[in-house]
Amino acid sequence: MARAAIPGGLKVRRAWRPAQLVERRPETESASTLVFEIPGWPGHLAGQHVDVRLTAPDGYQAARSYSLAAPTDGDRIAITVQRVADGEVSSYLADEARSGDVVEVRGPVGGWFVWKPEDRGPVLLVAGGSGIVPLMAMIRSRNGASPTPFRLIYSVRTPEDRIYDHELRRRATQDGGLEVTFLYTRTVPDGETRSVGRITAEDLIAYGWPADVKPTCYVCGPTAFVETVSDLLVGLGHDPAMIKTERFGPSGP
Amino acid sequence: MDAPTAGVAVYDGNTLAGPLSEVFGVELMTAAGRCRSCGTTSQVATFRVYGRAPGFVGRCPHCEDVLLRLVRAPDALWLDFSGVSALRILIPTDPADEEQQP
Repeated sequence: MARAAIPGGLKVRRAWRPAQLVERRPETESASTLVFEIPGWPGHLAGQHVDVRLTAPDGYQAARSYSLAAPTDGDRIAITVQRVADGEVSSYLADEARSGDVVEVRGPVGGWFVWKPEDRGPVLLVAGGSGIVPLMAMIRSRNGASPTPFRLIYSVRTPEDRIYDHELRRRATQDGGLEVTFLYTRTVPDGETRSVGRITAEDLIAYGWPADVKPTCYVCGPTAFVETVSDLLVGLGHDPAMIKTERFGPSGP
Repeated sequence: MDAPTAGVAVYDGNTLAGPLSEVFGVELMTAAGRCRSCGTTSQVATFRVYGRAPGFVGRCPHCEDVLLRLVRAPDALWLDFSGVSALRILIPTDPADEEQQP
């Protein structure tokens, strides 16, 4: 595989640095996008992530990983955080963090689950729940300008759980070469022809790419979702080496 | 959601990128490690990872044997790579990849 420049170089040694929350916007009932300003941010690739660390007054520290949600934008980075029941970091970020608050961020890190605009060849994106976040960074990096065709299959519980809903619908009509399909596991919107259900091989055949066009596949979501989708893709004849996965934990759609 | 049980790996090697980046100056997610137990080679990003910061166990995606243990102590990183018999790390050949850290 050809290597291309990773912003900040492949000397990826990273230190924690302060990041100030400058903007937050709700995406769904349980997910919010947070924008932080980090002076001297070196830039990043779509698919990379950061670690966010919180320190309590008594010195207790907790750190978690979050995918970057948008392409490089000067000193600003965006993450989208889904509230989770056991998430001591996510709960603070999703519910309590206010503009002006300062946390610590380390990154960008991760040079494997990445897509670069100069990459050629069709791309299949498969997201479960908030697994959409790094894939959205890829769609935003592509930004309609790339000849690389993208197909996104996005599994959610209900229509209300669609993160980036309006932007995805807009891009599906405006970004040439981008196709977006939503799958619903619990409730479908009016007019939806596919009934509720978890993702199947038929979905990947209908809305993905045939294996013989050799798409690069990016699969992100809860562990069980990622395991299921990667097994289905291999079963459909996709080369395991072309399937990149990122598991982010037990909660799922 | 309940805490992950011992039988379910909920993360993968990607989650180790941050802790490893504190001490290693090269990209390790794309490095390929050979399992001492079954001999299969897997990229670090694909290791099955159990646990959460500050302690992780990485297992082979094929045989589930332990490949590495990582603990971030306040003043040190403990790294047990004894389940990996060899690690192939890509070295940048393009000067553009050798930009200095900010």
